[in-house]
Amino acid sequence: MELSVSGGTANTQHSRGLLLHAAVVFAFLYLPIAVLILYSFNGQGVGGFPPRNLTLDWYRILFADGPIWDSVFNSLQVAFAAMVIALAFGIPAALALDRAQFPGKAAFRRLVLLPLILPGIITGLSLLMLFNLGSIKLSLLTITLGHGTALISVATTEVFAGLQKLDRAQEEASLDLGANYWQTFWAITVPNLKLPIIGAALLIFTLSMDEIAVSFFLIGRDNTLPLEIWGRLRRGITPEINAVSTIIFIFSLVTIVLWYRLRVRAEDSVDVGSELVESSSLNTVSP
Amino acid sequence: MFSRAYKTVVTVPPLAWVAVFLLVPYLLMFCYSFWSVSPTQTIVHSWNLDNYKELLNKTVYWQTLLRSMWIAARVMLFSLLLGYPVAYYLSFYAGKRKDLLYQLVIIPLWVSYLVRAYAWKTILGYDGVFNTLLQYVHLTRHPLDFLLYSPFAVVLTLTHIYTPFTFLPIYAALEHIPRNLVEASHDLGATPAQTFWKVIFPLSIPGVLAGATFAFVLSLGDFLAPQLLGGPSGIMISNIVVSLFGAAYNWPLGAAISLAMLVIVASLLVFSERLERKWSFR
Repeated sequence: MELSVSGGTANTQHSRGLLLHAAVVFAFLYLPIAVLILYSFNGQGVGGFPPRNLTLDWYRILFADGPIWDSVFNSLQVAFAAMVIALAFGIPAALALDRAQFPGKAAFRRLVLLPLILPGIITGLSLLMLFNLGSIKLSLLTITLGHGTALISVATTEVFAGLQKLDRAQEEASLDLGANYWQTFWAITVPNLKLPIIGAALLIFTLSMDEIAVSFFLIGRDNTLPLEIWGRLRRGITPEINAVSTIIFIFSLVTIVLWYRLRVRAEDSVDVGSELVESSSLNTVSP
Repeated sequence: MFSRAYKTVVTVPPLAWVAVFLLVPYLLMFCYSFWSVSPTQTIVHSWNLDNYKELLNKTVYWQTLLRSMWIAARVMLFSLLLGYPVAYYLSFYAGKRKDLLYQLVIIPLWVSYLVRAYAWKTILGYDGVFNTLLQYVHLTRHPLDFLLYSPFAVVLTLTHIYTPFTFLPIYAALEHIPRNLVEASHDLGATPAQTFWKVIFPLSIPGVLAGATFAFVLSLGDFLAPQLLGGPSGIMISNIVVSLFGAAYNWPLGAAISLAMLVIVASLLVFSERLERKWSFR
Protein backbone atom coordinates (compact mmCIF):
# COMPACT_ATOMS: atom_id res chain seq x y z
CA MET A 1 0.00 0.00 0.00
CA GLU A 2 2.42 2.59 -1.20
CA LEU A 3 1.54 6.09 -2.26
CA SER A 4 1.29 5.88 -6.01
CA VAL A 5 1.04 9.62 -6.46
CA SER A 6 4.22 11.49 -7.17
CA GLY A 7 3.85 14.76 -5.36
CA GLY A 8 7.02 16.28 -6.84
CA THR A 9 9.65 18.01 -4.74
CA ALA A 10 7.33 18.77 -1.85
CA ASN A 11 6.73 15.08 -1.39
CA THR A 12 10.43 14.25 -1.60
CA GLN A 13 11.32 16.86 1.01
CA HIS A 14 8.52 15.61 3.19
CA SER A 15 9.76 12.03 3.08
CA ARG A 16 13.43 13.02 3.48
CA GLY A 17 12.63 14.90 6.67
CA LEU A 18 10.75 11.89 7.97
CA LEU A 19 13.58 9.55 7.02
CA LEU A 20 16.03 11.70 8.95
CA HIS A 21 13.76 11.71 11.99
CA ALA A 22 13.36 7.93 11.76
CA ALA A 23 17.14 7.52 11.60
CA VAL A 24 17.54 9.59 14.78
CA VAL A 25 14.86 7.57 16.58
CA PHE A 26 16.47 4.27 15.55
CA ALA A 27 19.81 5.55 16.82
CA PHE A 28 18.18 6.44 20.12
CA LEU A 29 16.49 3.04 20.39
CA TYR A 30 19.64 1.09 19.61
CA LEU A 31 22.25 3.18 21.44
CA PRO A 32 21.79 1.48 24.83
CA ILE A 33 21.70 -1.96 23.23
CA ALA A 34 24.91 -1.27 21.33
CA VAL A 35 26.60 0.08 24.46
CA LEU A 36 25.43 -2.94 26.41
CA ILE A 37 26.90 -5.44 23.96
CA LEU A 38 30.11 -3.50 23.35
CA TYR A 39 30.90 -3.09 27.04
CA SER A 40 30.33 -6.76 27.75
CA PHE A 41 33.76 -7.15 26.10
CA ASN A 42 35.34 -4.20 27.89
CA GLY A 43 38.24 -5.03 30.18
CA GLN A 44 37.95 -1.71 32.00
CA GLY A 45 34.51 -2.05 33.57
CA VAL A 46 31.10 -0.73 32.61
CA GLY A 47 31.97 2.85 31.63
CA GLY A 48 34.84 4.67 30.03
CA PHE A 49 35.29 5.82 26.46
CA PRO A 50 36.78 4.43 24.34
CA PRO A 51 36.35 0.79 25.42
CA ARG A 52 39.77 -0.67 26.20
CA ASN A 53 41.37 -4.09 26.55
CA LEU A 54 38.66 -6.10 24.85
CA THR A 55 38.25 -9.40 26.65
CA LEU A 56 36.01 -12.43 27.08
CA ASP A 57 36.69 -12.52 30.84
CA TRP A 58 33.21 -11.35 31.77
CA TYR A 59 31.70 -14.25 29.88
CA ARG A 60 34.12 -16.61 31.61
CA ILE A 61 33.10 -15.21 35.00
CA LEU A 62 29.47 -15.45 33.99
CA PHE A 63 29.69 -19.11 33.01
CA ALA A 64 31.23 -19.93 36.36
CA ASP A 65 28.60 -17.95 38.27
CA GLY A 66 26.31 -20.43 40.06
CA PRO A 67 23.63 -18.06 41.41
CA ILE A 68 23.02 -16.52 37.97
CA TRP A 69 22.44 -19.92 36.36
CA ASP A 70 20.22 -20.98 39.26
CA SER A 71 18.12 -17.89 38.65
CA VAL A 72 18.03 -18.57 34.89
CA PHE A 73 16.77 -22.07 35.64
CA ASN A 74 14.17 -20.68 38.06
CA SER A 75 13.00 -18.18 35.45
CA LEU A 76 12.68 -20.89 32.81
CA GLN A 77 10.58 -23.00 35.17
CA VAL A 78 8.36 -20.06 36.11
CA ALA A 79 7.95 -18.98 32.47
CA PHE A 80 7.03 -22.48 31.36
CA ALA A 81 4.50 -23.04 34.16
CA ALA A 82 3.04 -19.55 33.68
CA MET A 83 2.66 -20.29 29.98
CA VAL A 84 0.74 -23.49 30.76
CA ILE A 85 -1.56 -21.70 33.23
CA ALA A 86 -2.17 -18.75 30.92
CA LEU A 87 -2.99 -21.00 27.96
CA ALA A 88 -5.10 -23.41 30.04
CA PHE A 89 -7.37 -20.57 31.15
CA GLY A 90 -6.83 -18.09 28.34
CA ILE A 91 -7.92 -20.37 25.48
CA PRO A 92 -11.25 -21.34 27.14
CA ALA A 93 -11.74 -17.68 28.05
CA ALA A 94 -11.38 -16.74 24.38
CA LEU A 95 -13.84 -19.48 23.40
CA ALA A 96 -16.24 -18.23 26.07
CA LEU A 97 -15.98 -14.64 24.86
CA ASP A 98 -16.51 -15.79 21.28
CA ARG A 99 -19.32 -18.29 21.80
CA ALA A 100 -21.11 -17.97 25.12
CA GLN A 101 -23.31 -15.37 26.70
CA PHE A 102 -23.00 -14.97 30.44
CA PRO A 103 -23.71 -12.24 32.96
CA GLY A 104 -20.72 -9.94 33.51
CA LYS A 105 -19.15 -10.79 30.15
CA ALA A 106 -18.09 -7.19 29.45
CA ALA A 107 -16.68 -6.82 32.95
CA PHE A 108 -14.81 -10.12 32.62
CA ARG A 109 -13.23 -8.98 29.35
CA ARG A 110 -11.94 -5.85 31.03
CA LEU A 111 -10.82 -7.55 34.21
CA VAL A 112 -8.67 -10.00 32.25
CA LEU A 113 -6.92 -7.14 30.45
CA LEU A 114 -6.26 -5.09 33.60
CA PRO A 115 -2.87 -6.59 34.56
CA LEU A 116 -1.50 -5.50 31.19
CA ILE A 117 -2.86 -1.98 31.37
CA LEU A 118 -2.29 -1.22 35.04
CA PRO A 119 1.17 -0.52 36.41
CA GLY A 120 2.65 -3.83 37.58
CA ILE A 121 2.98 -2.62 41.15
CA ILE A 122 -0.81 -2.62 41.62
CA THR A 123 -1.23 -6.21 40.44
CA GLY A 124 1.85 -7.32 42.38
CA LEU A 125 0.70 -5.78 45.66
CA SER A 126 -2.87 -7.03 45.26
CA LEU A 127 -1.61 -10.58 44.84
CA LEU A 128 0.74 -10.13 47.79
CA MET A 129 -2.30 -9.25 49.92
CA LEU A 130 -4.15 -12.33 48.65
CA PHE A 131 -1.28 -14.68 49.48
CA ASN A 132 -0.83 -12.97 52.81
CA LEU A 133 -4.52 -13.46 53.58
CA GLY A 134 -4.29 -17.14 52.69
CA SER A 135 -1.04 -17.48 54.69
CA ILE A 136 0.68 -18.80 51.57
CA LYS A 137 4.44 -18.62 51.77
CA LEU A 138 6.06 -16.58 49.00
CA SER A 139 8.09 -18.71 46.60
CA LEU A 140 8.54 -19.41 42.92
CA LEU A 141 5.02 -20.85 43.05
CA THR A 142 3.46 -17.51 44.00
CA ILE A 143 5.42 -15.80 41.21
CA THR A 144 4.20 -18.44 38.77
CA LEU A 145 0.58 -17.92 39.84
CA GLY A 146 1.06 -14.16 39.43
CA HIS A 147 2.60 -14.42 35.96
CA GLY A 148 0.12 -17.07 34.82
CA THR A 149 -2.82 -14.93 35.89
CA ALA A 150 -1.49 -11.63 34.56
CA LEU A 151 -0.68 -13.19 31.18
CA ILE A 152 -4.05 -14.92 30.61
CA SER A 153 -4.87 -11.69 28.78
CA VAL A 154 -2.20 -12.45 26.17
CA ALA A 155 -3.58 -15.90 25.39
CA THR A 156 -7.16 -14.63 25.40
CA THR A 157 -6.59 -11.71 23.02
CA GLU A 158 -4.42 -13.61 20.54
CA VAL A 159 -6.75 -16.63 20.43
CA PHE A 160 -9.87 -14.45 20.36
CA ALA A 161 -8.48 -12.64 17.31
CA GLY A 162 -7.79 -16.04 15.71
CA LEU A 163 -11.35 -17.21 16.43
CA GLN A 164 -12.77 -14.17 14.65
CA LYS A 165 -11.15 -15.40 11.43
CA LEU A 166 -12.03 -19.05 11.97
CA ASP A 167 -14.49 -20.71 9.59
CA ARG A 168 -17.10 -22.28 11.85
CA ALA A 169 -18.42 -24.53 9.10
CA GLN A 170 -15.57 -26.97 9.75
CA GLU A 171 -16.50 -27.34 13.39
CA GLU A 172 -20.13 -27.69 12.44
CA ALA A 173 -19.30 -30.41 9.92
CA SER A 174 -17.23 -32.26 12.49
CA LEU A 175 -20.10 -32.18 15.00
CA ASP A 176 -22.64 -33.24 12.36
CA LEU A 177 -20.46 -36.19 11.41
CA GLY A 178 -20.68 -37.47 14.94
CA ALA A 179 -17.54 -36.19 16.63
CA ASN A 180 -18.11 -34.90 20.14
CA TYR A 181 -17.07 -31.47 21.34
CA TRP A 182 -13.83 -32.73 22.83
CA GLN A 183 -12.79 -34.47 19.59
CA THR A 184 -13.82 -31.44 17.54
CA PHE A 185 -11.82 -29.16 19.78
CA TRP A 186 -8.60 -31.16 19.32
CA ALA A 187 -9.12 -32.14 15.68
CA ILE A 188 -10.50 -28.88 14.27
CA THR A 189 -10.37 -25.90 16.62
CA VAL A 190 -6.83 -26.23 17.93
CA PRO A 191 -5.14 -26.99 14.56
CA ASN A 192 -6.88 -23.96 13.08
CA LEU A 193 -5.67 -21.79 15.92
CA LYS A 194 -2.13 -23.17 15.81
CA LEU A 195 -0.50 -19.89 14.90
CA PRO A 196 -2.22 -17.64 17.46
CA ILE A 197 -1.59 -20.25 20.15
CA ILE A 198 2.12 -20.61 19.35
CA GLY A 199 2.41 -16.83 19.08
CA ALA A 200 0.72 -16.33 22.44
CA ALA A 201 2.87 -19.05 24.04
CA LEU A 202 6.09 -17.40 22.83
CA LEU A 203 4.94 -13.99 23.94
CA ILE A 204 3.86 -15.25 27.38
CA PHE A 205 7.14 -17.07 27.83
CA THR A 206 9.21 -14.01 26.92
CA LEU A 207 7.12 -11.60 28.98
CA SER A 208 7.38 -13.89 31.99
CA MET A 209 11.16 -14.28 31.61
CA ASP A 210 11.47 -10.49 31.73
CA GLU A 211 8.78 -9.69 34.30
CA ILE A 212 9.95 -7.86 37.40
CA ALA A 213 7.29 -5.47 38.78
CA VAL A 214 4.91 -8.26 39.88
CA SER A 215 7.68 -10.72 40.82
CA PHE A 216 9.27 -8.01 42.97
CA PHE A 217 6.48 -8.37 45.56
CA LEU A 218 5.96 -12.13 45.31
CA ILE A 219 9.56 -13.25 45.63
CA GLY A 220 10.46 -15.86 48.22
CA ARG A 221 13.87 -17.34 48.81
CA ASP A 222 14.70 -18.17 45.19
CA ASN A 223 15.34 -15.42 42.66
CA THR A 224 14.22 -15.20 39.07
CA LEU A 225 16.83 -13.86 36.66
CA PRO A 226 15.54 -10.25 36.56
CA LEU A 227 15.42 -10.15 40.36
CA GLU A 228 18.92 -11.62 40.59
CA ILE A 229 20.14 -8.88 38.23
CA TRP A 230 18.22 -6.28 40.22
CA GLY A 231 19.90 -7.42 43.43
CA ARG A 232 23.33 -7.16 41.84
CA LEU A 233 22.67 -3.73 40.33
CA ARG A 234 22.05 -2.39 43.78
CA ARG A 235 25.32 -3.81 45.06
CA GLY A 236 27.39 -2.27 42.26
CA ILE A 237 27.73 -3.08 38.63
CA THR A 238 30.13 -5.18 36.57
CA PRO A 239 30.15 -6.03 32.84
CA GLU A 240 29.01 -9.51 33.87
CA ILE A 241 25.49 -8.06 33.76
CA ASN A 242 26.23 -6.83 30.21
CA ALA A 243 27.37 -10.32 29.29
CA VAL A 244 24.25 -12.08 30.58
CA SER A 245 22.04 -9.42 28.96
CA THR A 246 23.82 -9.86 25.63
CA ILE A 247 23.20 -13.59 25.74
CA ILE A 248 19.51 -13.11 26.54
CA PHE A 249 19.22 -10.56 23.76
CA ILE A 250 20.66 -12.99 21.25
CA PHE A 251 18.24 -15.69 22.43
CA SER A 252 15.32 -13.29 22.02
CA LEU A 253 16.49 -12.37 18.52
CA VAL A 254 16.67 -16.02 17.53
CA THR A 255 13.14 -16.53 18.89
CA ILE A 256 11.83 -13.57 16.88
CA VAL A 257 13.48 -14.80 13.69
CA LEU A 258 12.10 -18.32 14.20
CA TRP A 259 8.63 -16.97 14.87
CA TYR A 260 8.84 -14.70 11.85
CA ARG A 261 9.79 -17.60 9.59
CA LEU A 262 6.98 -19.75 10.94
CA ARG A 263 4.56 -16.93 10.22
CA VAL A 264 5.86 -16.30 6.73
CA ARG A 265 5.67 -19.98 5.93
CA ALA A 266 2.06 -20.06 7.10
CA GLU A 267 1.44 -16.94 5.01
CA ASP A 268 -0.61 -15.45 7.77
CA SER A 269 -0.44 -11.76 8.37
CA VAL A 270 -1.21 -12.00 12.09
CA ASP A 271 1.54 -10.30 13.99
CA VAL A 272 2.13 -11.54 17.47
CA GLY A 273 1.50 -8.81 19.95
CA SER A 274 -0.18 -6.39 17.59
CA GLU A 275 -3.61 -7.83 18.38
CA LEU A 276 -2.75 -7.38 21.99
CA VAL A 277 -1.74 -3.76 21.68
CA GLU A 278 -4.83 -2.99 19.66
CA SER A 279 -7.22 -4.68 22.02
CA SER A 280 -5.54 -3.25 25.09
CA SER A 281 -6.88 0.11 24.11
CA LEU A 282 -10.10 -1.37 25.49
CA ASN A 283 -12.76 -0.19 23.07
CA THR A 284 -11.66 -2.32 20.15
CA VAL A 285 -12.35 -5.53 22.05
CA SER A 286 -16.06 -5.51 21.40
CA PRO A 287 -17.04 -8.25 18.96
CA MET B 1 -24.33 -25.01 17.56
CA PHE B 2 -22.57 -25.15 20.91
CA SER B 3 -24.33 -26.97 23.70
CA ARG B 4 -24.95 -25.60 27.16
CA ALA B 5 -22.38 -28.00 28.58
CA TYR B 6 -19.73 -26.77 26.13
CA LYS B 7 -20.38 -23.17 27.09
CA THR B 8 -20.23 -24.00 30.79
CA VAL B 9 -16.95 -25.86 30.40
CA VAL B 10 -15.25 -22.99 28.57
CA THR B 11 -16.77 -20.28 30.78
CA VAL B 12 -16.64 -21.43 34.38
CA PRO B 13 -12.94 -22.34 34.89
CA PRO B 14 -11.49 -19.06 33.52
CA LEU B 15 -14.17 -17.07 35.31
CA ALA B 16 -13.42 -18.79 38.62
CA TRP B 17 -9.65 -18.45 38.23
CA VAL B 18 -9.83 -14.77 37.32
CA ALA B 19 -12.24 -14.11 40.19
CA VAL B 20 -9.87 -15.68 42.73
CA PHE B 21 -6.57 -14.36 41.39
CA LEU B 22 -7.58 -10.94 40.03
CA LEU B 23 -10.93 -9.75 41.33
CA VAL B 24 -10.41 -10.76 44.96
CA PRO B 25 -6.87 -9.28 45.13
CA TYR B 26 -7.98 -5.94 43.65
CA LEU B 27 -10.93 -5.84 46.09
CA LEU B 28 -8.59 -6.74 48.92
CA MET B 29 -6.44 -3.73 48.09
CA PHE B 30 -9.58 -1.60 48.24
CA CYS B 31 -10.44 -2.97 51.69
CA TYR B 32 -6.89 -2.55 53.02
CA SER B 33 -6.95 1.14 52.15
CA PHE B 34 -9.65 1.64 54.81
CA TRP B 35 -7.87 -0.36 57.52
CA SER B 36 -4.98 0.70 59.78
CA VAL B 37 -1.88 -0.55 61.55
CA SER B 38 -1.73 -0.84 65.32
CA PRO B 39 1.38 0.29 67.28
CA THR B 40 2.27 -3.40 67.63
CA GLN B 41 2.43 -3.69 63.85
CA THR B 42 -0.70 -5.70 63.24
CA ILE B 43 -3.42 -4.83 60.76
CA VAL B 44 -6.55 -3.45 62.44
CA HIS B 45 -9.66 -4.31 60.46
CA SER B 46 -11.69 -1.26 61.48
CA TRP B 47 -13.03 0.86 58.67
CA ASN B 48 -11.94 4.51 58.54
CA LEU B 49 -10.70 7.21 56.17
CA ASP B 50 -7.49 8.02 58.05
CA ASN B 51 -5.18 6.82 55.27
CA TYR B 52 -6.85 9.08 52.75
CA LYS B 53 -6.68 11.99 55.19
CA GLU B 54 -2.97 11.40 55.65
CA LEU B 55 -2.51 11.24 51.90
CA LEU B 56 -4.09 14.67 51.55
CA ASN B 57 -2.47 16.26 54.58
CA LYS B 58 1.13 15.16 54.15
CA THR B 59 2.63 17.23 51.36
CA VAL B 60 5.27 14.63 50.53
CA TYR B 61 2.62 12.21 49.26
CA TRP B 62 0.66 14.42 46.94
CA GLN B 63 3.77 16.30 45.84
CA THR B 64 5.41 13.04 44.82
CA LEU B 65 2.18 12.04 43.10
CA LEU B 66 2.21 15.31 41.14
CA ARG B 67 5.87 14.87 40.28
CA SER B 68 5.18 11.35 39.03
CA MET B 69 2.37 12.67 36.85
CA TRP B 70 4.68 15.35 35.49
CA ILE B 71 7.35 12.76 34.70
CA ALA B 72 4.73 10.50 33.08
CA ALA B 73 3.38 13.43 31.04
CA ARG B 74 6.83 14.22 29.69
CA VAL B 75 7.45 10.56 28.84
CA MET B 76 4.11 10.49 27.03
CA LEU B 77 4.91 13.65 25.05
CA PHE B 78 8.42 12.57 24.04
CA SER B 79 7.27 9.06 23.11
CA LEU B 80 4.63 10.55 20.83
CA LEU B 81 7.09 13.00 19.27
CA LEU B 82 9.54 10.18 18.61
CA GLY B 83 7.07 7.42 17.76
CA TYR B 84 4.53 9.17 15.57
CA PRO B 85 6.77 10.35 12.71
CA VAL B 86 8.43 6.92 12.57
CA ALA B 87 5.02 5.23 12.33
CA TYR B 88 3.98 7.73 9.64
CA TYR B 89 7.18 7.20 7.68
CA LEU B 90 6.87 3.41 7.86
CA SER B 91 3.23 3.34 6.92
CA PHE B 92 3.40 5.78 3.99
CA TYR B 93 6.95 6.11 2.71
CA ALA B 94 9.05 3.07 3.63
CA GLY B 95 8.03 0.94 0.64
CA LYS B 96 9.64 -2.48 0.58
CA ARG B 97 11.63 -1.81 3.74
CA LYS B 98 8.44 -1.49 5.77
CA ASP B 99 8.43 -4.98 7.30
CA LEU B 100 12.09 -4.88 8.18
CA LEU B 101 11.86 -1.44 9.78
CA TYR B 102 8.76 -2.52 11.69
CA GLN B 103 10.69 -5.43 13.17
CA LEU B 104 13.54 -3.05 14.03
CA VAL B 105 11.18 -0.93 16.13
CA ILE B 106 9.87 -4.01 17.90
CA ILE B 107 13.21 -5.67 18.68
CA PRO B 108 14.15 -3.31 21.56
CA LEU B 109 10.93 -4.45 23.25
CA TRP B 110 12.50 -7.88 23.55
CA VAL B 111 15.44 -6.54 25.50
CA SER B 112 14.67 -6.75 29.18
CA TYR B 113 13.23 -3.59 30.69
CA LEU B 114 15.69 -3.79 33.55
CA VAL B 115 18.64 -4.25 31.25
CA ARG B 116 17.75 -1.19 29.20
CA ALA B 117 17.40 0.94 32.33
CA TYR B 118 20.78 -0.39 33.45
CA ALA B 119 22.34 0.40 30.06
CA TRP B 120 21.26 4.03 30.42
CA LYS B 121 22.83 4.06 33.85
CA THR B 122 26.17 3.03 32.37
CA ILE B 123 25.80 5.69 29.68
CA LEU B 124 24.81 8.59 31.94
CA GLY B 125 26.95 7.85 35.00
CA TYR B 126 29.73 10.06 36.41
CA ASP B 127 32.36 7.75 34.90
CA GLY B 128 29.89 6.62 32.28
CA VAL B 129 30.20 6.32 28.54
CA PHE B 130 28.81 9.77 27.76
CA ASN B 131 30.93 11.69 30.25
CA THR B 132 34.15 9.94 29.30
CA LEU B 133 33.32 10.52 25.64
CA LEU B 134 32.92 14.25 26.27
CA GLN B 135 36.29 14.34 28.03
CA TYR B 136 37.88 12.19 25.34
CA VAL B 137 36.95 14.69 22.64
CA HIS B 138 37.85 17.58 25.01
CA LEU B 139 34.38 19.07 25.12
CA THR B 140 34.37 19.16 28.91
CA ARG B 141 37.14 18.90 31.45
CA HIS B 142 35.11 17.47 34.32
CA PRO B 143 32.31 14.91 34.19
CA LEU B 144 28.78 16.34 34.19
CA ASP B 145 27.16 15.14 37.38
CA PHE B 146 23.59 16.22 36.71
CA LEU B 147 22.91 13.52 34.11
CA LEU B 148 22.37 10.50 36.32
CA TYR B 149 20.25 10.49 39.50
CA SER B 150 17.82 13.09 38.22
CA PRO B 151 14.27 13.23 36.86
CA PHE B 152 15.94 13.78 33.47
CA ALA B 153 17.50 10.32 33.59
CA VAL B 154 14.15 8.77 34.51
CA VAL B 155 12.30 10.58 31.70
CA LEU B 156 14.98 9.62 29.17
CA THR B 157 14.96 5.96 30.18
CA LEU B 158 11.18 5.64 30.30
CA THR B 159 10.89 7.42 26.93
CA HIS B 160 13.31 4.88 25.53
CA ILE B 161 11.21 2.05 26.94
CA TYR B 162 7.77 3.35 25.94
CA THR B 163 8.48 4.79 22.47
CA PRO B 164 7.96 1.39 20.77
CA PHE B 165 4.77 0.89 22.82
CA THR B 166 3.49 4.25 21.59
CA PHE B 167 4.55 3.48 18.04
CA LEU B 168 2.52 0.25 17.78
CA PRO B 169 -1.07 1.54 18.09
CA ILE B 170 -0.25 4.63 16.00
CA TYR B 171 1.18 2.44 13.25
CA ALA B 172 -1.89 0.18 13.42
CA ALA B 173 -4.19 3.21 13.11
CA LEU B 174 -2.20 4.58 10.16
CA GLU B 175 -2.28 1.21 8.41
CA HIS B 176 -6.06 1.17 8.67
CA ILE B 177 -6.48 4.47 6.83
CA PRO B 178 -7.99 3.77 3.38
CA ARG B 179 -5.35 4.77 0.86
CA ASN B 180 -7.88 6.13 -1.61
CA LEU B 181 -8.66 8.96 0.82
CA VAL B 182 -5.02 9.98 0.72
CA GLU B 183 -4.87 9.67 -3.06
CA ALA B 184 -8.05 11.75 -3.41
CA SER B 185 -6.47 14.46 -1.29
CA HIS B 186 -3.36 14.46 -3.52
CA ASP B 187 -5.41 14.46 -6.69
CA LEU B 188 -7.36 17.45 -5.48
CA GLY B 189 -4.09 19.37 -5.21
CA ALA B 190 -3.28 19.20 -1.49
CA THR B 191 0.42 19.26 -0.57
CA PRO B 192 1.78 16.36 1.50
CA ALA B 193 1.65 18.57 4.59
CA GLN B 194 -1.97 19.54 3.97
CA THR B 195 -2.92 15.93 3.32
CA PHE B 196 -1.23 14.94 6.54
CA TRP B 197 -2.94 17.51 8.76
CA LYS B 198 -6.38 17.37 7.12
CA VAL B 199 -6.71 13.67 6.33
CA ILE B 200 -4.11 11.43 7.89
CA PHE B 201 -3.63 12.92 11.34
CA PRO B 202 -7.33 13.18 12.27
CA LEU B 203 -7.83 9.54 11.25
CA SER B 204 -4.87 8.42 13.35
CA ILE B 205 -6.08 10.04 16.56
CA PRO B 206 -7.46 6.81 18.10
CA GLY B 207 -3.96 5.30 17.78
CA VAL B 208 -2.36 8.39 19.25
CA LEU B 209 -4.73 8.25 22.23
CA ALA B 210 -4.04 4.56 22.82
CA GLY B 211 -0.27 5.08 22.61
CA ALA B 212 -0.34 8.16 24.83
CA THR B 213 -2.40 6.35 27.46
CA PHE B 214 0.00 3.41 27.45
CA ALA B 215 3.04 5.61 27.93
CA PHE B 216 1.46 7.73 30.66
CA VAL B 217 -0.12 4.94 32.68
CA LEU B 218 2.82 2.57 32.61
CA SER B 219 5.38 5.24 33.48
CA LEU B 220 3.20 6.70 36.23
CA GLY B 221 3.41 3.47 38.21
CA ASP B 222 7.08 2.74 37.56
CA PHE B 223 9.34 2.25 40.55
CA LEU B 224 12.40 0.50 39.10
CA ALA B 225 13.74 3.23 36.80
CA PRO B 226 13.42 5.95 39.49
CA GLN B 227 15.12 3.75 42.06
CA LEU B 228 17.93 2.90 39.67
CA LEU B 229 18.43 6.28 38.00
CA GLY B 230 16.27 8.87 39.73
CA GLY B 231 18.20 9.82 42.84
CA PRO B 232 16.40 11.70 45.62
CA SER B 233 14.93 14.28 43.22
CA GLY B 234 13.57 11.58 40.91
CA ILE B 235 11.61 9.58 43.49
CA MET B 236 8.17 8.60 42.20
CA ILE B 237 4.95 7.68 43.97
CA SER B 238 5.45 3.93 43.57
CA ASN B 239 8.78 4.16 45.39
CA ILE B 240 6.88 5.46 48.40
CA VAL B 241 4.40 2.62 48.09
CA VAL B 242 7.25 0.10 47.92
CA SER B 243 8.77 1.48 51.12
CA LEU B 244 5.38 1.45 52.86
CA PHE B 245 5.01 -2.21 52.00
CA GLY B 246 8.59 -2.91 53.05
CA ALA B 247 10.58 -1.32 55.84
CA ALA B 248 7.99 1.30 56.80
CA TYR B 249 5.38 -1.46 57.21
CA ASN B 250 2.17 0.44 56.64
CA TRP B 251 0.24 -1.66 54.15
CA PRO B 252 -3.05 0.23 54.60
CA LEU B 253 -1.48 3.60 53.74
CA GLY B 254 0.38 1.97 50.84
CA ALA B 255 -2.91 0.50 49.63
CA ALA B 256 -4.59 3.92 49.84
CA ILE B 257 -1.83 5.51 47.75
CA SER B 258 -2.02 2.67 45.23
CA LEU B 259 -5.76 3.17 45.04
CA ALA B 260 -5.32 6.89 44.42
CA MET B 261 -2.98 5.95 41.58
CA LEU B 262 -5.53 3.42 40.34
CA VAL B 263 -8.26 6.07 40.28
CA ILE B 264 -6.07 8.39 38.20
CA VAL B 265 -5.19 5.57 35.82
CA ALA B 266 -8.77 4.31 35.52
CA SER B 267 -10.24 7.75 34.86
CA LEU B 268 -7.58 8.32 32.22
CA LEU B 269 -8.39 5.00 30.55
CA VAL B 270 -12.10 5.78 30.51
CA PHE B 271 -11.46 9.32 29.27
CA SER B 272 -9.21 8.19 26.44
CA GLU B 273 -11.66 5.42 25.52
CA ARG B 274 -14.45 8.00 25.22
CA LEU B 275 -12.27 10.25 23.09
CA GLU B 276 -11.17 7.33 20.92
CA ARG B 277 -14.79 6.42 20.31
CA LYS B 278 -15.64 9.98 19.44
CA TRP B 279 -12.82 10.20 16.94
CA SER B 280 -13.31 6.82 15.33
CA PHE B 281 -16.90 7.66 14.39
CA ARG B 282 -16.02 10.74 12.41
